[in-house]
Amino acid sequence: MWTYFLRRTLIAIPTLIAISFVIFALLSLAPGDPMAQFATNPEVPPEVRENMRRSLGLDQPWPVRYWKWLVLLPQGDWGWSFAARKPVLDFIGERMPQTLAVVGVSYFLSVLIAIPIGVYTAARPRTWLSYLVSVLSMAGISLPTFLSGTVFLLIFSVMLRDTPFGLPMIYDTQLKVKDWGSFVLQIRQSAMPIMVLALFTAGSMTRFVRSSMLENLPMDYVRTARAKGLGERVVIMKHALRNSLIPVVTLVAIGIPTIFAGAIITEQIFRVNGIGELLITSINRSDTPVVMGIVFIFAIMVVFSSLIADIVYGLLDPRIKFS
Amino acid sequence: MATFVKPLTASATRTTPTKIRSNSELAWRRFKKNRLAMLGLITIILLLLMVIIGPFLYTASPIKTDPLQAYQKPFSKFFFGTDDVGRDVLARVLFGGRISLSVGIAAMAISITLGTIIGAFAGFFGGALDFALMRITDLFQALPIVPLLLLVTYLFRDTVRKTFGADLGIFMIIVGVIGALTWMTNARLVRSSFLALKEREFVEASRALGVNRLPIMFKHILPNSIGPIIVAATLNIGAAILTESTVSFLGLGFPSDVPTWGKLAADGKDWIDIAPHVILIPAFFIFLTALAVNFAGDGLRDALDPRRQG
Repeated sequence: MWTYFLRRTLIAIPTLIAISFVIFALLSLAPGDPMAQFATNPEVPPEVRENMRRSLGLDQPWPVRYWKWLVLLPQGDWGWSFAARKPVLDFIGERMPQTLAVVGVSYFLSVLIAIPIGVYTAARPRTWLSYLVSVLSMAGISLPTFLSGTVFLLIFSVMLRDTPFGLPMIYDTQLKVKDWGSFVLQIRQSAMPIMVLALFTAGSMTRFVRSSMLENLPMDYVRTARAKGLGERVVIMKHALRNSLIPVVTLVAIGIPTIFAGAIITEQIFRVNGIGELLITSINRSDTPVVMGIVFIFAIMVVFSSLIADIVYGLLDPRIKFS
Repeated sequence: MATFVKPLTASATRTTPTKIRSNSELAWRRFKKNRLAMLGLITIILLLLMVIIGPFLYTASPIKTDPLQAYQKPFSKFFFGTDDVGRDVLARVLFGGRISLSVGIAAMAISITLGTIIGAFAGFFGGALDFALMRITDLFQALPIVPLLLLVTYLFRDTVRKTFGADLGIFMIIVGVIGALTWMTNARLVRSSFLALKEREFVEASRALGVNRLPIMFKHILPNSIGPIIVAATLNIGAAILTESTVSFLGLGFPSDVPTWGKLAADGKDWIDIAPHVILIPAFFIFLTALAVNFAGDGLRDALDPRRQG
């Protein structure tokens, strides 16, 4: 089994290299010059422009630049932002905590919502509550985050503005948590992005828990447990739920990149200065090294979350054979 | 479970012989019983009619601005109100729907075609080709879709616009990129279906009759694995519409003069407190379409699965 994990981990590295090559090639072959802003500026003389290109290494052919990028990557040098004039990794490091906090809390919340609701409705599949939940979870899947985000803004920042439930419309990016008051403020301003993302994920997760439970409940081992005279509670919570959660755990791992992609939208709506907002800004100002870095981080998330899913699945499910 | 073989009673044989129904008839009967799926199907048909016929019946211009009529509330002189520069939101929703729905359908067509061809070749031929195609599928599956979509649309927008014209160019790139980044699930579905079906007798029979490999793949095997493909196609339409709206909402999709639903919502995002309808109405139509498509696709999955006898 461990050789399987090792092999699976080793495959992840060439996959990431291949992806980074594709992204780098796309960025380099695309029309549009990162120096365009200087090219259109008449104040910048051509020789200065040439010097800048050379100092940024842009005079070399792109495969050479890719090779340099790849070699420096493990040393923590992800390149240099054109626009902010600082190392890409520092730039990303400044923005990552905001995104991680919002995404982490909302993901945790959506698991907390999905498991009890999914289990409850699977145990009582033909009740009106169960039908309602299946309609609502489908609605959660179909809901564009900018619609739920807008509705939350309207409710909490416009309609309830002067009540205790009112929430700030714009995320204060300067806020530093240093005491209780600023901590409460931080929670209040993160509440809406967290709710929107939790709703976005809880829909699909509830459906998954529910269908996984529904698959397990008619199984022989559940009948055996009932036949032994165990209470319905024990049968469902201990026997069926444990087995149903195995595929759910993998879904939780695989879903990580999706919720980060969802954060790109919520950060635009609520103006959170996270990594998604940085991606959009950097794309718009042709800050290629930063774009490269962020898209590569997304690729790492996709590859590693599926790696984790595989490993966890192998550890949890004794039926999986490794060959 | 022990079952007793019931002797056929006289009454059972004498009643009028039950009509023999084809598989698709049975599937349709199962589908009709699913109220949510039927509701989804009816909603899809109504939405299609709305965007196809709508602009002929409601002839207000979707692009004409009128600053004097800006921020009109819905259900006043304008059914869906007006936006920040006085454009008629209903007219924009009707025109935008045409683009949004065509994006969904066209992107689905690309992703399903790609997935079916790749899956069919991998499953049918196996061996080295299967290995190579599946590694490519793995690689694509590892691509971060939304960031890449944003990036590619932005990078190649101007070039494609110059070559194919403003509207068609941007349409092609969005549809092409969504299709090219979403075929993997369908490829796996088709591959596993082909792996199972190619061992069956009817394939051997056609091979014995001297049918070539391509007709065996696409005329004999493919129709037998069409069920899961249809389900995947339906769900793909909803996903593609949501993806396009995401990209347009972020300002990296269609240019501002092309009203797609996502673009309309993006136009309204700065006026949430004074004119919320400008963002809510198009966003609601995206939601409605995705919901209807998802319910219909879900119902289709249940109806086409012969193990579920309803």
